[in-house]
Amino acid sequence: MCTMASCRSLICPGSDVPMTETLHPENEDQLLDALKWAVSARAPLNVIGLGSKATLGQSVQIEQALDLSALSGILHYEPSELVLTARAGTPLNHIQQALAENNQEMAFEPVNLGAVLSNDETAKGSIGGLIAGGFAGPRRIRQGSVRDHMLGFRAISGRGELFKSGGKVMKNVTGFDLSKLMTGSMGTLAIMSEVSIKVLPVPEKSRTVLVYGLSDEDAVAAMRLAVNSPHEVSSAAHLPAAIAARSGVDLVAGAGSGVTAIRVEGPGPSVEARCASLQKSLSPFGTLEELHSQRSTQFWAEVRDAGYWSSTDVSIWRLSVPPSRGADIASTIMQQCGGEALFDWGGGLIWLAVEDGHQDAIRSALSGVDGHATLVRGVEATRQSANVFQPQPAPLAALSTRVKTAFDPYGILNPGRLYPVA
Amino acid sequence: MRMPEPDAEIIAQRDHIVTALRQIVSGEGVIADENELSAYECDGLSAYRQRPMVVVLPETKAQVAQVLKYCHAGGIKVVPRGAGTGLSGGALPLADGVTLGLGKFNKILEVDLDNRCVVAQPGVTNLGITAAVEHAGFYYAPDPSSQIACSIGGNVAENSGGVHCLKYGLTTNNVLGVEMIMMDGEIIRLGGRHLDAGGYDLLGVVTGSEGLLGVITEVTVRVLQKPTTARALLLGFGTSVQAGECVAGIIDHGIIPGGLEMMDKHAIHATEDFVHAGYPMDVEALLIVELDGPQVEVDLLIERVGKIASDCGATYNRASESEEERERFWAGRKNAFPAMGRISPDYMCMDGTIPRSKLPYVLKRMSEMSTHYGLRVANVFHAGDGNLHPLILFDANLADELEKAEAFGAEILKLCVEVGGVLTGEHGVGVEKRDLMGEMFTEDDLKQQQRLKCAFDPDQLLNPGKVYPTLHRCAELGKMHVHNGELPFPDLPRF
Repeated sequence: MCTMASCRSLICPGSDVPMTETLHPENEDQLLDALKWAVSARAPLNVIGLGSKATLGQSVQIEQALDLSALSGILHYEPSELVLTARAGTPLNHIQQALAENNQEMAFEPVNLGAVLSNDETAKGSIGGLIAGGFAGPRRIRQGSVRDHMLGFRAISGRGELFKSGGKVMKNVTGFDLSKLMTGSMGTLAIMSEVSIKVLPVPEKSRTVLVYGLSDEDAVAAMRLAVNSPHEVSSAAHLPAAIAARSGVDLVAGAGSGVTAIRVEGPGPSVEARCASLQKSLSPFGTLEELHSQRSTQFWAEVRDAGYWSSTDVSIWRLSVPPSRGADIASTIMQQCGGEALFDWGGGLIWLAVEDGHQDAIRSALSGVDGHATLVRGVEATRQSANVFQPQPAPLAALSTRVKTAFDPYGILNPGRLYPVA
Repeated sequence: MRMPEPDAEIIAQRDHIVTALRQIVSGEGVIADENELSAYECDGLSAYRQRPMVVVLPETKAQVAQVLKYCHAGGIKVVPRGAGTGLSGGALPLADGVTLGLGKFNKILEVDLDNRCVVAQPGVTNLGITAAVEHAGFYYAPDPSSQIACSIGGNVAENSGGVHCLKYGLTTNNVLGVEMIMMDGEIIRLGGRHLDAGGYDLLGVVTGSEGLLGVITEVTVRVLQKPTTARALLLGFGTSVQAGECVAGIIDHGIIPGGLEMMDKHAIHATEDFVHAGYPMDVEALLIVELDGPQVEVDLLIERVGKIASDCGATYNRASESEEERERFWAGRKNAFPAMGRISPDYMCMDGTIPRSKLPYVLKRMSEMSTHYGLRVANVFHAGDGNLHPLILFDANLADELEKAEAFGAEILKLCVEVGGVLTGEHGVGVEKRDLMGEMFTEDDLKQQQRLKCAFDPDQLLNPGKVYPTLHRCAELGKMHVHNGELPFPDLPRF
């Protein structure tokens, strides 16, 4: 009798257990076997964690699925070490719950793409999927991105070999930092079985200063003043009037104008003092308001997940640009394409909602500028034909291809999902 | 230290190579004189020395590209070098290699405060970045102890740390972009003034790659507003266990200090004798906890940490009341290395990281090793992030002491790995820890890292002999292991 649980190998010839179409490893050994089989069969794999980002990336048809959802569970978590290790398929919900019980969190604020991709805010995905996507939220300007909190991992390469990199400690420069490389690689280099991340205490208090009535351009100036101040601003975002009106936070939705938001976090008395100072320096810009605990938390969760277009089917782009250029780049695009732009990261992140088919205008607005644009939500045909990710200059594209080949020489891991197949 | 066998054919062409390099970089930019070359024999790890075949000091990126292209075509090895302050021998020359110094790339190219970043050439010093922005209240956060001399390009190569990286991150968390020249002379740019580089995070891989992947010719770093206030606490404990509990207590209370340093009794006594910082002499472990930020926050947290320390049994508990006093608290810690130089002819600084909870066990084992080897060891410790700096005291003039110190150091690093830690927290692998990589990594782990190297430098001409104990040819690394001429699972049915 050979069952998934008892058999070291997933592939049990002569077994009376029917094999499904989908590979469904339950432990690292089985994952290794699955990858070895895929190498020998030269079978491309569609790698799935919990499927929350199934429509993110270039649309490619891959028959054979590899489902990692059974590789689940927190393996090690010692709050005072600020390190958590979990199997890659562990639901983010589980991890966030364990962290919350110890008043800790992932400080980069994982973006829950459920609202954008599937109109399902509960589809938060797995820790492995979070790292494969690499999307950080509003606190990115202060606490860094997903890659900055990724400490180490174990994975199986596209050669069918188990390897590890990094460690389970916060400070480590031993060997190449492959943890960074795995972050945002969309499952195209290796399949992680286990990850270690840095976690941090939840700030004691969070408050948000709102400025009403600013144009996009003035908002970028106000955000610059706030972020460049010594008041340790943790987030700075701007919602033009039409987007603000769709907020679930009354003081934002009822503004009847654009809303610019500056968040400060930390111990209570410090937050109060810094808010007061920020109010003073922002008062020349417009009318001010303040969001306290619950409202502040709700507002930044909304901004983080960019859920303002849930009930529509517009295409949604995410642009990373120099913060000072946010307003003018968005304006250039919207003059040609219409649409709406939400600004985060002090202007450095633009969530752009436009009708399908404007990729050329968006790419050309970024030519000559540091930055890139990703089509996060788009119609299937466009995700097949147009570049979802920013095309790279030839030498860099060639290097990226060589890096991919170094990990996945046969192109069996999510081929075409991030870069065109060479 | 065993280095790759020098290539006699390359050495035989030395005069020819010098002439060719002089056609690319004129005048004093090519150093071939034996006496002048001796200045480049080692970096901050002076125990290992090798005179380079030739040193070239280009001034433009076109020259860097041409030098690399020339060496690439001729199969000549290249060792990139910044300020030469590295502590792991990453810039140790090769007898058959060109040492490529970036010291002349010493200009700040742009201060862009609207985007909170500075674009600099790689030879600008770490402190030089801060100097360029401090007029506006900004600074560059990573602060390796050599920051007055070390270069930003070298910081990127080594992913340098410092006492403040618990709160503000290592170099990798503060670099936004680089321009890099590959071994074949191709110029690529990674990242920029935006926050997240697109595609594969090659910037993250290049940072800390110890000169094995490319030569950096431009760096964009983010700068931060300097905290308005900083105060420190000096806390003494009867045991290192109590001090460790205090560190865990601080973090469990949700406090991430700007600096969180520990010193053991030997380090306390050596530094106190040297700089008279006013450290308590009757304690086993000393903590320096620095809180920075807005004044109201700093004052509040100073009080909280003081209370946590008392609860953990601190026998000495003092908060700085002036900037002068804060600096005095730090004076001993910052002079820990020279203080060791005063009580011992030589010392060796190790750099492992451990899970913090393992500290008492590691200290106990280290003290046993100290007895075994008959060598003293003093400990300074970035306690917040678990980065340990044991200083092994020895006398290189005594027979076998260097070998004993090396064996002691290796045993400490193996212990770090044994308790779940790593070989190096901030100094890099270089040549110093190269042969210990197998303690932490399997053969497959190391081969996968070297395959990445092959994607950047397929002929392995950039800084060979560093970081990885065994050089594999890229063609060999690319092969699949085939058993009896068959791939694994050849007959498996599709399912």
